[in-house]
Amino acid sequence: MEVKNLTCIGCPMGCFLTVSIEDDRIGVEGNTCPRGADYAKKEVTNPTRIVTSSVRVNGADIARVSVKTASDIPKGKIFDCMKEISAAQMDAPVSIGDVVIENCAGTGVAVIATKNVPCKK
Amino acid sequence: MKQHDIVVIGGGPAGLAAAISAKKAGVSDILILERDSTLGGILNQCIHNGFGLHTFKEELTGPEYAARFIKEAQDMEIPYRLGAMVLSITPEKVITYMSKSEGLVQISAKAVILAMGCRERPRGALNIPGFRPAGIYSAGTAQRLMNIDGYSVGKEVVILGSGDIGLIMARRMTLEGAKVKVVAELMPYSGGLKRNIVQCLNDYGIPLLLSHTVVGIDGKDRLTGVTIAQVDANRQPIPGTEIHYDCDTLLLSCGLIPENELTREIGVEMNRVTSGPNVDDKLQTGVPGVFACGNVLHVHDLVDYVSSEAALAGANAAAFVQNEKTAEKTHKVVIKAENGVRYTVPQTIDVENMSDSVTVRFRVADIYQNRSVCVYYDGKKVSSRKKRVLAPGEMEQVVLKKNSFADYPALSEIVICTEEA
Ligand SMILES: Cc1cc2nc3c(=O)[nH]c(=O)nc-3n(C[C@H](O)[C@H](O)[C@H](O)COP(=O)(O)OP(=O)(O)OC[C@H]3O[C@@H](n4cnc5c(N)ncnc54)[C@H](O)[C@@H]3O)c2cc1C
Ligand code: SF4
Repeated sequence: MEVKNLTCIGCPMGCFLTVSIEDDRIGVEGNTCPRGADYAKKEVTNPTRIVTSSVRVNGADIARVSVKTASDIPKGKIFDCMKEISAAQMDAPVSIGDVVIENCAGTGVAVIATKNVPCKK
Repeated sequence: MKQHDIVVIGGGPAGLAAAISAKKAGVSDILILERDSTLGGILNQCIHNGFGLHTFKEELTGPEYAARFIKEAQDMEIPYRLGAMVLSITPEKVITYMSKSEGLVQISAKAVILAMGCRERPRGALNIPGFRPAGIYSAGTAQRLMNIDGYSVGKEVVILGSGDIGLIMARRMTLEGAKVKVVAELMPYSGGLKRNIVQCLNDYGIPLLLSHTVVGIDGKDRLTGVTIAQVDANRQPIPGTEIHYDCDTLLLSCGLIPENELTREIGVEMNRVTSGPNVDDKLQTGVPGVFACGNVLHVHDLVDYVSSEAALAGANAAAFVQNEKTAEKTHKVVIKAENGVRYTVPQTIDVENMSDSVTVRFRVADIYQNRSVCVYYDGKKVSSRKKRVLAPGEMEQVVLKKNSFADYPALSEIVICTEEA
């Protein structure tokens, strides 16, 4: 049996969770509410995160446009995703939601702009 | 001299929400003055997600959250000036600002809303011995350099201070390929939100050393390393606990202070704990018609609270302009922060003219477990709410209802405190 300790981020209480994993049975202790158990199960089976970063933008007054993955991606894919983001560029004007990368690091999730950037004045 | 009904100083989330709400309340002669080249304030550089969980029930990034308010202000045709740096405000509400296109301009206002935000505690305020080589930045400056100007800040990083900006930058620099070796925090607890400790440090295996500080800085031109030592209960370094880290970058995330030079000049009473002005339940300062909201009033960790607080200031400023005669009868009661409660905002409440309920926000002084947050009216306990955990990093609130004061016609003092549960 494997045991993991986690801090729940569901709310400011930040309960200290102990998760025991035996084959496909997952036990959670220390949670004050059901959200903590859900969080712990997801965290040990398929942890995901939204990745935010910025890419170069050409023809604007600022040098970078901020971007994010359109939804959360597996935690293990974060650095692969960052590699593709670092290589990407956009041209002004940019609107929030414009797609930078369609399928980032094979996750099926797009990377989109999170800032409106007008052309250089 | 041109006169406006309401002039808002600062076009960050607080200034925008205040202006929008004042316009909704029926005042249309509003002007926002913003020194930067864009609206949105500090949110423009906070490209991470986690904004607006409460307001929009989704996790937006800073620029996305700002964009919603900018769009609303523009759709409502609220006038604003960019590149307009306010230099002074007089008690008579004459505002002097400087802009490239207009030069030095003086305008007057019937009501002023202060929304200048806060800035980082400068490095001079921190007592670190050693040379002053390149490679030492405040975390917010590094954030701006990376996220807006596109510079790479450093490769091997140590962060002093575990405030939210420091935590966010630890993750940001790691994702950009830097090695963040350690985050050192002087206090025995982190001032940052727990979700940031989990998502920014634990996710990437970055150690957090509590009760530690930087005691030495190496390098003459460029930083080459720092020495960190444990501190005792009096925050004095303990000899023999020094650890050396090679690094080319040191980020300082040692807290924010409200930007209140202008506020002081108006002559309003300031609060020693918040470094912001004292305000009443209308978020009005000691000078009638001058209101304050957002980080200039007290440092917030969640922008949602900034927006709701600012909306209240905007509505009250509108009411002030529309109804310039002051209330006939007032009954101002002081709210005292005691026993583990560091401060409250507002600091006074006019129980005669208050709205049906007033939200009082506060921070506690330390990490407490199983304590109650209690409210006393003239020494009598009127409410008590048990909390499992209270932490200085998370803003708390109590709501005071107007009808709760009905039995206290001669009330002179409200106390908000913590007690062993
Ligand atoms: C690095 C960082 C990370 C954060 N992370 C989160 C998060 O994850 N989630 C969350 O909900 N909240 C977060 N916050 C908190 C939230 O972003 C702030 O509380 C909020 O932006 C404060 O809004 P404001 O309008 O009071 O101040 P600001 O955004 O600072 O705006 C103040 C504006 O006033 C202008 N100004 C100042 N002085 C003058 C002058 N003299 N003349 C003209 N203009 C002036 C400034 O240029 C600025 O645009 C974070 C804050 C920071 C600093
Ligand atoms: S388990 Fe429930 S109460 Fe505890 S931190 Fe998570 S969400 Fe909050």
